[in-house]
Amino acid sequence: MLTQAGVIGRSVPRLEDAPLVRGNGLFAADVNFPRQLAMRVVRSQVAHGTLRTIDIAAAQVLPGVIAVWTHADVADIPPIPFRATKLQGLEPYCQPILANRRVRYVGEPIAVVFAETAYIAEDAADLVLPEIDDLPVVLDAKAPPSDFAPGMSTEPAVVRKEFGDVDAAFAAAFDTITLDLSVGRHSGVPLECRGAIARYDAAQDVLELHGTAKKQHWNRDEIARLLNRPPHGVHLFEGHVGGGFGVRGELYPEDLLVCLAALRLGRPVKWIEDRREHMLATNHSREQQHQVRAAIDADGRLLAIDAVFWHDQGAYVRTHGARVADLAAAMLPGPYRLPAYRVAGHFRLTNKTPAATYRAPGRFETTFVRERLMDAIAARLNLSPIELRRRNLIASAEMPHPRPLDALGTDVVLDSGDYAGLLDRALVRIGWNALQTTLQRRRAAGERVGAGLGFFVEKSGLGPSDGVRISIDHTGGVELVSGAASVGQGVETVLAQIAADTLGVEYRRIRVVRGRTDRIEFGNGAHASRVTVMSGSATHLAAQAIRAMALATAAPLLQARPEELTLANGHVARLDAAGIGLMSLAEVARHMGPGSKLMIGRTPGLTAERWFYSDHMTYPYGVHIAVVRLDEGTGQVRVERYLVAYDVGRAVNPMLVEGQIAGGVAQGLGGALFEEFRYDATGQPLSTTFADYLIPTVSEIPELDVLITEDAPSPLNPLGVKGAGEGGINGVGAAIAAAVDDALGRPGAITALPILPTTVHGLLHA
Amino acid sequence: MKPPDFTYHAPETVPDVLGLLATLENARLLAGGQSLMPMLAMRFAFPDHVIDLNRVAALGFIEHHGATLRIGAMTRQRDLLNHPAIRRHVPLLTEALAHVGHRQTRNRGTIGGSLCHLDPAAELVSVATALDAVIEIAGPSGTRDVPMAAFPLGYMTPSIGPDELVTAIRIPLPPAGHGAGFLEFSRRHGDFAIVSAAALLTRNSSGRIASAVITLGGVGAVPLRLAEAEASLIGETPTAPAFARAAAAARGIDAMEDALIPAWYRTRLAVTLTGRALAAAAARLS
Amino acid sequence: MTRKVTLTVNGTVRSASLPDRKTLADLLRQDLGLTGTHLGCETGLCGACTILLDGRAVRSCLMLAVQAEGHSIITVEGLAPSATELHPLQQAFCDEHALQCGFCTPGLLTTLVEFLHDVPDPSAAEIREAISGNLCRCTGYDTIVKATLSAAARMRAP
Repeated sequence: MLTQAGVIGRSVPRLEDAPLVRGNGLFAADVNFPRQLAMRVVRSQVAHGTLRTIDIAAAQVLPGVIAVWTHADVADIPPIPFRATKLQGLEPYCQPILANRRVRYVGEPIAVVFAETAYIAEDAADLVLPEIDDLPVVLDAKAPPSDFAPGMSTEPAVVRKEFGDVDAAFAAAFDTITLDLSVGRHSGVPLECRGAIARYDAAQDVLELHGTAKKQHWNRDEIARLLNRPPHGVHLFEGHVGGGFGVRGELYPEDLLVCLAALRLGRPVKWIEDRREHMLATNHSREQQHQVRAAIDADGRLLAIDAVFWHDQGAYVRTHGARVADLAAAMLPGPYRLPAYRVAGHFRLTNKTPAATYRAPGRFETTFVRERLMDAIAARLNLSPIELRRRNLIASAEMPHPRPLDALGTDVVLDSGDYAGLLDRALVRIGWNALQTTLQRRRAAGERVGAGLGFFVEKSGLGPSDGVRISIDHTGGVELVSGAASVGQGVETVLAQIAADTLGVEYRRIRVVRGRTDRIEFGNGAHASRVTVMSGSATHLAAQAIRAMALATAAPLLQARPEELTLANGHVARLDAAGIGLMSLAEVARHMGPGSKLMIGRTPGLTAERWFYSDHMTYPYGVHIAVVRLDEGTGQVRVERYLVAYDVGRAVNPMLVEGQIAGGVAQGLGGALFEEFRYDATGQPLSTTFADYLIPTVSEIPELDVLITEDAPSPLNPLGVKGAGEGGINGVGAAIAAAVDDALGRPGAITALPILPTTVHGLLHA
Repeated sequence: MKPPDFTYHAPETVPDVLGLLATLENARLLAGGQSLMPMLAMRFAFPDHVIDLNRVAALGFIEHHGATLRIGAMTRQRDLLNHPAIRRHVPLLTEALAHVGHRQTRNRGTIGGSLCHLDPAAELVSVATALDAVIEIAGPSGTRDVPMAAFPLGYMTPSIGPDELVTAIRIPLPPAGHGAGFLEFSRRHGDFAIVSAAALLTRNSSGRIASAVITLGGVGAVPLRLAEAEASLIGETPTAPAFARAAAAARGIDAMEDALIPAWYRTRLAVTLTGRALAAAAARLS
Repeated sequence: MTRKVTLTVNGTVRSASLPDRKTLADLLRQDLGLTGTHLGCETGLCGACTILLDGRAVRSCLMLAVQAEGHSIITVEGLAPSATELHPLQQAFCDEHALQCGFCTPGLLTTLVEFLHDVPDPSAAEIREAISGNLCRCTGYDTIVKATLSAAARMRAP
């Protein structure tokens, strides 16, 4: 291979795969240290109650048990904090690391046991006997607020956003449409449960936390603050992460508990969450009830949307604060021209597992709501859903399109897009007209089949900044250190491709370091589909800087001007003879080493750190089209075909983009048809294993067609990229609901996700 | 999710198993482990002793004698699924086995383990009921036969004493030319059925139904035979209207209800699946 | 109670002393250091811990370690023929992007090794049936099916 220029945009194999297919990965449970203790959490079995006493005597004397802690042992540790948004007053709703006098959900940590093995720790945990007096439970976020604590409402905040004159628009409207909709409680549920392994290195006075993910630097700073240590005395490490999806890598009580125990007990402490715990203890998401009204003109054009929703936060505010509700409020308008908008998001505490983000937070929910609304308007005016959308989509000539709103603290400006163009391409791809004919024929023959679509705008590339440091050593080896993290999505490959493109080296020769606080001082991690945009752009800038340094160093040695030179195949070469390497990058690096005469008086090293800043997000967009068949006898929904058309501006590795979308669709189908955390009337969780929280298997997933387009590169970053992580899941609930409606022949019949067979059966036989 | 402490025993003969059962307190038999091991991991079971049957070679066999199939209790579900004589003579069993768990669980799971666990939605329990299987049970005073109809005493409670062991299952072969159909509905493929229906039909020389068996799994605490519907089919032509009438009998079932599945839905599934199982069975009459 | 267990793992005879209640998965992971076998649920519902027991794919969380006495086990670490070559399934998984986080991958590979031994020339539908007991949360499964078809073709080639 002559050069790696042009490696951006190619579906090259992943750097990550070789150790993973050999079983050589390092997931949280694979981390072990000599003399380690196992930690087991004792959890509340009551949804709401007063914790009177905890009897730990029997557990303490079990052979192999080292310590048992309750709240009294950790009372000096503040509650788990959250990343601030502009909403005030959420602090009193944060979770203590062990429950203090009150338990608020089944699964809440009330004690911890430390023992020689995980088996003994679990034995001892079973011997811990709490005495809890039941209190009334709150399970419906829409019920009138009650007291979280004396003087504190279960509604700590209402997210409000508004622009335009909503009341005037409704007063002048040709018609108005009102819908009541809801989305069930589900979550990321990665295949790997959480884990946290802490050890204290007394020789260097450093506390290490392993098994981390997603957000190491923020977590490092907060752990340091909560444990009253300097941040440089706390290091977080990321190995392999068995799926993130928003829930992994947030700061949870268990992370603090292992750190504290490692410091106090003087031995490494390992905690591995089991699956039942995961279902009770790791963030839930999604559960919202919506009431939405639209004002339209005679042609079906939106004049205003007035939305109210109730967000079920669960028992405590966690690290995201009110972000999901904020995103739901901000992203509800989607791809449509909207003159006026008002939203009130009631952020409510209940007695369920605390909630936070899950892939496309606030968008999976509101795309369902908005697209249900668009389908209802189409039905009201007897227009096709396609035509109705065409009339409302923001035109490419209107880009960039500012919307007088903020999301995650940034002003919403839809940066680029050809929405109608993508809709056209998607309809052609699936053969919409022929599909309609086929469906009509099949319906005439008695089948219950239908098709539906959901259009959406995603958001990605959350700022404010990310840095990357690239260094080339004296052997020509390239190391890229990023403050990003990997949750299994292929970060290493993508960053290596971007660097290789500029550095003219084989991407496989680039070692990517991520998720480690000891290697780079700052970082913003992996979430919000931000890594390719933010860390990718920083990589591009750092690689450009290295390139300039290398050419400037080589030029005098080669008796050339830098602008006459290029990098190719790991060498400096003349632009007009790129195939002839004149000096290897290794040689350049040696000339820039600390012993080189060239560097006297300068900072040595072929190394550069560059930062990319962004105060606006970039907005990819997509359309999902589903074809479903209903079984009249069982109410089962079978998805026959599924298309995702998605514009990512520019795909660094199309294979990985398709992989992100395919995985997102599978999770979306889970949320649309199968997955739900259910509770009984006393707040007991009913979905605590993989037998009752139904993740789709291969049998439930249809063959998928993915159309990646690059019609609207982002003007906001040097690569033109937009994030790909969340477009696969965003529109699934909307598209499936529309397709089921169509198959039922009853527009608007589906008002809740997941769509259960009992519901469909009832509608089929109503 | 770690099993509680217990002492493990690995006897190699049936008398040794019975000897251990007679002397050990709070002992559990470990067959394929596909149900007991999760129960231990979830700490729903706290045995002091676990008696592993996997080294009792005499419990793993498939014998075909005349009109009877005799299967050792420790025979793996996979070996039943792949057995040519079973496929030929008892296609209902083969068809049902394809719904039992997944490849990996069938490699380990046994017919005896499944019958003794007696989950009301388990395919093998339902099929054993449909086929009028006989359970062979060994105990301190010798062996006894229990017809499948009498084997369940109640919800997940088989008629086995604490000192007894299921050693084999005898299945009388349905007559040649019979038709069999097994259908189930679960939210996801491979899950325990919400409702399953097994049907067997035979036809007389004039083409009318000579015998019919309909068994529903998952609707009640134990598998349910629809005796009246079975009787009503005799003498009918094996066509859709007759099956619809028979399936309608399932409407009267007082089905189980749980937190996730309402009773009315189980009843509706029973009607649907009964009709479909009968149609499938009829299509295979020869 | 504690006892000594001796078994063959990836062609090598190994022994360990362990409590009766320890699972086979924990023996492999904790005592033998073979952490490629992953635990996703410990109740037999996810398939991540699948290993080959005397050639048959079984869930190692649903066996006691003591039950493996005298048996032969292959784990994901034992699939590749050498440090430089991959098993055709492993190679196809890389080529077809059949893994993302890689947590479910070992269980899929071991399941499919057994399956392709039984069914060397499978249809996509047969592959889907074979892996229906393996949960994957990242890929949406389709690339896994494609990778298996591709590996099967390569393994059949003379």
